[in-house]
Amino acid sequence: MRATAATTISAPIETVWAVVSDPEQALSFMSGVTRWEIESDEPVGLGARYRMLLRVGSAEVGGLIEIVEWDPPQELAWTSITGVDQRGRWRLRSVAPGRTKAEIRLAAGVAGSGIAGWVAERIAQPIVGGHLRNTVTQLTRLVENEQMREQAAARRAARSAHAG
Amino acid sequence: MAHSGVAGTADTNGQVDSDDERGRADGTRSSTDGGSASSGSGGGGVGPALVSRALRGVARQVQSRIPRADLDERDPDFIRERLPLMWLAASLWYRGEVRGLGNIPDDGPVLMVGNHSGGNMTPDTVVFTLAFNTYFGVERSFYQLAHNLVLSMPGLGSLRRFGTVAASPANARKALQAGAALLVYPGGDYEVHRPFWERNRIDFDGRKGFIRLALQENVPIVPVVSIGGHETALFLTRGEGLARLLALDRVFRLKVLPVSLAVPWGLNVGDMLGHIPLPAKITIETLPPIDLKAEFGPEPDVDEIYDHLIRLMQDTLDALAEERRLPVIG
Repeated sequence: MRATAATTISAPIETVWAVVSDPEQALSFMSGVTRWEIESDEPVGLGARYRMLLRVGSAEVGGLIEIVEWDPPQELAWTSITGVDQRGRWRLRSVAPGRTKAEIRLAAGVAGSGIAGWVAERIAQPIVGGHLRNTVTQLTRLVENEQMREQAAARRAARSAHAG
Repeated sequence: MAHSGVAGTADTNGQVDSDDERGRADGTRSSTDGGSASSGSGGGGVGPALVSRALRGVARQVQSRIPRADLDERDPDFIRERLPLMWLAASLWYRGEVRGLGNIPDDGPVLMVGNHSGGNMTPDTVVFTLAFNTYFGVERSFYQLAHNLVLSMPGLGSLRRFGTVAASPANARKALQAGAALLVYPGGDYEVHRPFWERNRIDFDGRKGFIRLALQENVPIVPVVSIGGHETALFLTRGEGLARLLALDRVFRLKVLPVSLAVPWGLNVGDMLGHIPLPAKITIETLPPIDLKAEFGPEPDVDEIYDHLIRLMQDTLDALAEERRLPVIG
C-alpha cells in the first residue's frame, strides 16, 4: 500500500522543516497518529528512533521507526524497525521565495500475507490517504497561523519601538 | 471462513481455574473423580460399564491431544502474516473499536482479564488479539489461555502459533514468568455460552484462580471489557443439565452444551462446528492496571479483589451498553 499527499504552503522551507522534523509536534498535525514518542538518546537527526502508531480501521498500526535520511531542510525519511513494515518520507521543496511544496509519502504492508494482505492493503489505502491529506492540511494551517502570529508580533514590536 | 486466520478467532475459552487447582481446594475430589466414572454408573450390568469405559477411553484420547505449554510454539512471523486477515475481520465485519490500550504497561508481565462472549467463535478475541499485536508489535510476547478442547480439536493447531496455550495454572505461570502478557477469560465456557438476555453481564462463575496467580507472580491485572460479541447469534441456554446427562463434564471438562439460534444452522446444539457470527459492532475498553498489593495491602483478600474487579468491569460494561442504541448495529 502506498499513499501520498502534497500541498504548497505560504512559508519559507526552513519554517516548514522546523515543524515536520520536530517529534514533539507530530501529534498536533499528523492525522490519525495516536503515538509518536522519542525512543532514542538523540531526539532528532539521522538514527533517531520513535515509537509511532497510526489508527487504520479497527487497529492502531505502527511500531518502532528510525530516521534513515536526514537532509535539512529538504528530505526526511524513516523505515520501520518493529511492527508492520513501513517507509515514510517528507519531501520539501522551495517553489518560490516564501512558498514551499510539502509532500508526505507512506508505504506499508506485510510481506507474505497473501490474498488477504492484498485485499487489506486496497481497503486501507484510502484510509491512510485520507490521513495524509488531513496531515498536509493541518500542517499548512499550523505553519501559516504560526507565521501570521510571528509577523503580527513583529509588527507590534516595531510599532511600540517606533512609538517609544 | 474455515481458514487459519479465522481459526485465530475461534474460541479461546481461557480459564485458569483448572480441575487440578479445584482439586487442591476441596481436598480429594480430583483423585476420586476418575473412580466415580465407573463406580457411579456401576450399579447395573454390562451396558453402563461399557459406556463408562468408552467415556474414559475418549477422555484419555482428548487428554493425550492436549499440547503441553510450549511457549516457543508462538511464532511472531506467522502472526504478522495473518494480521491483514484479522484486520479485515475486525475492521469490516465487526467494526471493532479498542480503547485504552495505552493502559497496558509497555513491557513486563501483565495479566489481562476479559469477559468472554459469542460462543465458540469468540469474536471479541480476534478484535483484541489484532489490536494488541498491532499496538505493541508481534515482537512482544502475548499468550492467550484456551479451553483444552479447543487446542485438541483437529485443525485448530495453528492457534498455538498465535500464542494460545491450554488453560492451566502451570501454563499461565510459565507465561508470566517468561515476562509475557497473558490474556485470560476466567468465565471460560460458562460465561461464553450465557443466554442472550444476560449479554451485558460479567459472570466469572466465582472463578478466582487468576487472582491467586496474579498475587503469587506479583503481576498487575488489566481488566479488558468488551461488548457486542454476544450479539453475533441468539444464545438461548448453556444446557448445563444436558451436559451432565451426557457426561461431558467428566470427559471433556465441558460443563455446558449450549443451544443457540445461529447462522447457518438455525438451531445450533453444542456449537462444535462453530457458526457464522453476525456482524455485530464490537467495542472493547481496556482499563488502567491494578497493582493488587498496592491497592489491597500486602496480605490481600482474594474475595475482596474478585468483588472489586467484577464491580469495576460491570460498571464499564454498563457504560458501554449505555452507548449502544441497537443490538448488532451498535
